[in-house]
Amino acid sequence: MTMQFMLLFSRQGKLRLQKWYVPLSDKEKKKITRELVQTVLARKPKMCSFLEWRDLKIVYKRYASLYFCCAIEDQDNELITLEIIHRYVELLDKYFGSVCELDIIFNFEKAYFILDEFLLGGEAQETSKKNVLKAIEQADLLQESQSEDWGSLPNEELL
Amino acid sequence: MPAVSKGDGMRGLAVFISDIRNCKSKEAEIKRINKELANIRSKFKGDKALDGYSKKKYVCKLLFIFLLGHDIDFGHMEAVNLLSSNKYTEKQIGYLFISVLVNSNSELIRLINNAIKNDLSSRNPTFMCLALHCIANVGSREMAEAFASEIPRILVAGDTMDSVKQSAALCLLRLYKTSPDLVLMGEWTSRVVHLLNDQHMGVVTAAISLITCLSQKNPDEFKTCVSLAVSRLSRIVSSASTDLQDYTYYFVPAPWLSCKLLRLLQCYPPPEDGAVKGRLVECLETILNKAQEPPKSKKVQHSNAKNAILFEAISLIIHYDSEPNLLVRACNQLGQFLQHRETNLRYLALESMCTLASSEFSHEAVKTHIETVINALKTERDVSVRQRAADLLYAMCDRSNAKQIVAEMLSYLETADYSIREEMVLKVAILAEKYAVDYSWYVDTILNLIRIAGDYVSEEVWYRVIQIVINRDDVQGYAAKTVFEALQAPACHENMVKVGGYILGEFGNLIAGDPRSSPLVQFNLLHSKFHLCSVPTRALLLSAYIKFINLFPETKPTIQEVLRCDSQIRNSDVELQQRAVEYLKLSSIASTDVLATVLEEMPPFPERESSILAKLKKKKGPGAVSVTELEDNKREGGELNGSSDRGPDIAAMAASNASTPSPSADLLGIRSAAPVGAAPTSAGSLLVDVFSEAGPAAPSLAVNDDGFLRDLEQPTEASDALLVEGSGDSDSAPPSEDPAAPLSEADELLNKFVCKNNGVLFENQLLQIGIKSEYRQNLGRMYLFYGNKTSVQFASFSTTVTCPGELQSQLNVQTKPVEPIVEGGAQIQQVLNIECLTDFSDAPLLNIKFRYGGALQNLTLKLPVTINKFFQPTEMLSHDFFQRWKQLSQPQQEAQKIFKANHSMDTEVLKAKLLGLGMALLDNVDPNPENYVCAGVIQTKGQQVGCLLRLEPNAQAQMYRLTLRCSKDSVSRRLCELLAQQF
Repeated sequence: MTMQFMLLFSRQGKLRLQKWYVPLSDKEKKKITRELVQTVLARKPKMCSFLEWRDLKIVYKRYASLYFCCAIEDQDNELITLEIIHRYVELLDKYFGSVCELDIIFNFEKAYFILDEFLLGGEAQETSKKNVLKAIEQADLLQESQSEDWGSLPNEELL
Repeated sequence: MPAVSKGDGMRGLAVFISDIRNCKSKEAEIKRINKELANIRSKFKGDKALDGYSKKKYVCKLLFIFLLGHDIDFGHMEAVNLLSSNKYTEKQIGYLFISVLVNSNSELIRLINNAIKNDLSSRNPTFMCLALHCIANVGSREMAEAFASEIPRILVAGDTMDSVKQSAALCLLRLYKTSPDLVLMGEWTSRVVHLLNDQHMGVVTAAISLITCLSQKNPDEFKTCVSLAVSRLSRIVSSASTDLQDYTYYFVPAPWLSCKLLRLLQCYPPPEDGAVKGRLVECLETILNKAQEPPKSKKVQHSNAKNAILFEAISLIIHYDSEPNLLVRACNQLGQFLQHRETNLRYLALESMCTLASSEFSHEAVKTHIETVINALKTERDVSVRQRAADLLYAMCDRSNAKQIVAEMLSYLETADYSIREEMVLKVAILAEKYAVDYSWYVDTILNLIRIAGDYVSEEVWYRVIQIVINRDDVQGYAAKTVFEALQAPACHENMVKVGGYILGEFGNLIAGDPRSSPLVQFNLLHSKFHLCSVPTRALLLSAYIKFINLFPETKPTIQEVLRCDSQIRNSDVELQQRAVEYLKLSSIASTDVLATVLEEMPPFPERESSILAKLKKKKGPGAVSVTELEDNKREGGELNGSSDRGPDIAAMAASNASTPSPSADLLGIRSAAPVGAAPTSAGSLLVDVFSEAGPAAPSLAVNDDGFLRDLEQPTEASDALLVEGSGDSDSAPPSEDPAAPLSEADELLNKFVCKNNGVLFENQLLQIGIKSEYRQNLGRMYLFYGNKTSVQFASFSTTVTCPGELQSQLNVQTKPVEPIVEGGAQIQQVLNIECLTDFSDAPLLNIKFRYGGALQNLTLKLPVTINKFFQPTEMLSHDFFQRWKQLSQPQQEAQKIFKANHSMDTEVLKAKLLGLGMALLDNVDPNPENYVCAGVIQTKGQQVGCLLRLEPNAQAQMYRLTLRCSKDSVSRRLCELLAQQF
């Protein structure tokens, strides 16, 4: 059950979140994103949520203005991936309270933190909603201790 | 702008994001971003030390800019600094930046690893998790080296918190995937397997992914996991929907864990222990039973989770392929889904049934759904579902239903989506061949295929029909009659003309008795298509004509007249011209006996794997088809077309790929004909097997090729010496055939390409040589384009690349010979593959020889392969640069030159050149902003050479001082020489 990557993009094709679980070059990532956004946006609402793409399977679902799109391997389970997406949406919803696209734009770092608690290395790490949110909220509450001195970077002559 | 909801707000960040969202155009956005980048840069560079909050905010802004799709080339250091903050949120942002932006070969990895090490040993579970997430996200080899031995300890330690265990398990999995050699489980194996028994469901969920991956690689060491997995699964499956509390998802107990358990079991054969096996079968039955129960919720999440487990269970049942009862139940369940209102379920049912079709236990059960599947092919609105239906029809096809399935697929082809037509055509062609009971049906099917979807009929398909017709004499007459009829359609596809030309040329005599298809009628019919066809088809038709002359002597005058006309004998295409000339000559000078020998009917083709099957396999990737194919073979036993000798699939595939002839390949192999008087026993080998150059005829291909060609360079003189080596050119005392010495300007030409990869390398009145090249690491590929600027062809065109002297051991250059003829105004291409073994100073030589109007042209150039092509730019910060600069302080490591400017000293021009050089141009390193500083690593096979460069222009004096420091002295010297010519 290894997910290769997850992309969140809007109906206008704007990428809102990208998570890559396999090493790829920036160029390759951009190319994949472009191709997939195009492919998925071209599909009609009633079509099935799965498609074959290169040697991967794409599983996607639209929530309001956002598309959630995952790539999994040939042997992987499409339906359970669809529910991975749904659980992630539930987590975002619970954390932000009726999550909308804007929440993810303005708090993209939180969206990443939540995802990291839920999925790690492309595998489900913790599927309990309570446990994931507990981890995130604990982090939010962590007391911040004293600040520190950075010192300055060395600044030397060349020759 | 919504209020930042929780945690720590970063107002500046929110304002910036709002600004970007308010930008009306892409330009405005870029402008705003550049402003922000400048601001951040100045803050980072400023004298005032930034506090942690500001640093966090700026790093976060950089991250946002990067995620918008812009490149970020600074801020890494600040992010690394955040890692060692003891404020959680700062650390967290630092780790996020590193996870998203740091690629594995970053210079900073050592610093990052240090910070991670600190956090891992902090015993603070939140910090430990952050560090583990970072390792799992980056997953580089360096990290594996640093942590692969530490993480298993954390994973199995008794006092590790559950959340840390979960992260550790998946972190280890990621490292195992990147560097399996570094992750040694050894003593930990049994404790890791026992995590399947852990009380915490989250720990089991995470650990099982690791265990599955390790089991795939070392099944024996991990086989104790089978019984543990079965008992865990059994507990979940039999639990009530509320037992597992938060791990119950829409009334389905632990769906993710269940799927993973079922997946793990697919790494192993059915359990040998009867009790375990019994328990597992019970679980699978329960899962199948639950599918029949009324849903506990109307939500799609409920049915998805439930069915996810069901499909995974079916996969396991198919994997075992030993429980007929379960297989048939699975098949019936999928049959219900075929008509479900959820598109997703229909899609998955079709997909899953495809694998069921290949099991001998369920093949018949799958076949009962044929009508539903055909209906899906006709009515599904989503092309991806139709594709699945077509796949399933293909998989369930056998002798009993082949005619029906092929007919349905053919009729679907008429309206099929363009995206899947080619694959459909291949499938129809394969099924038609495989299950042909009588070959007239096969021929009809393929001709229908060409009629309906001619554009999608690949060469393999029409080659194959010819192959089969030639090998089966019972179908030849029927084939001739059918193509003859098909060709009468006013508009018929070119592929039909090809098949028609070939078959009538071989077997036209079988239908010539009927006055409606008399020889001349056949010829006129074929020739009526001639002018609409492409060159390869015309070439094929010309061969058919010469065969006609042999089959029907009465057509000889008509055909000779056609061959003789200017549009043939002086055709601008060399292949057509050659054939017309040769065939005309052959028909006029050869006796009937000789003609009959040369133009004898094609011998049978050796039986081998269908090239179409190979093509389909290639298209779908290995594995996709082979499972069903193998199964089919098992079931059907020997096939009509020798599928029994399909054994070495890969070899056959390679052979048939290699054999695909180029478009103008000589179908009849006339070019390779030995002198006509040769013993008749060799007649078979005169005719080259169209499908395989590796066939019996292959060795003769190369024979005499050269001499024959040379005759044809001057068609007018060749009239009396058709098959005798021409003496035209060779006696006009040629200039030396040794490669010429390099041109005097060769070095100058070379210098033009030090800082660029593409352009015109050489040009004179006859020839232009263009160059395009690309380099990656220590490898390069160079495309050379030889353009003939004249209107006369270049003959005997040849090129050689040599590495003189010690360059031979430094650089590996490989290429293939080019076409020996370059037509007037035409261009040919040659590809060179270059590998840099170690650093080098000389350039490889390119020698080009050709004949232009009888005179031998011979010139030698230097190929612009210079050591700097193998640069990898290295970004680094000021103090890293100085540190390295100091490390390279031995006198021989430095090379310096002071020279006068030869070109513009304009900043932009200089920057472009330095970037073209391949190093990273580093800003803000040299205190003097007029100077340029670069860093890069030269990648050779044997080693990497680090290089630092400093260029100090003096505009007043129009002088430069160039300094290079490299870890290898020869490189410093060579780069200095090369670069001194560039500025």
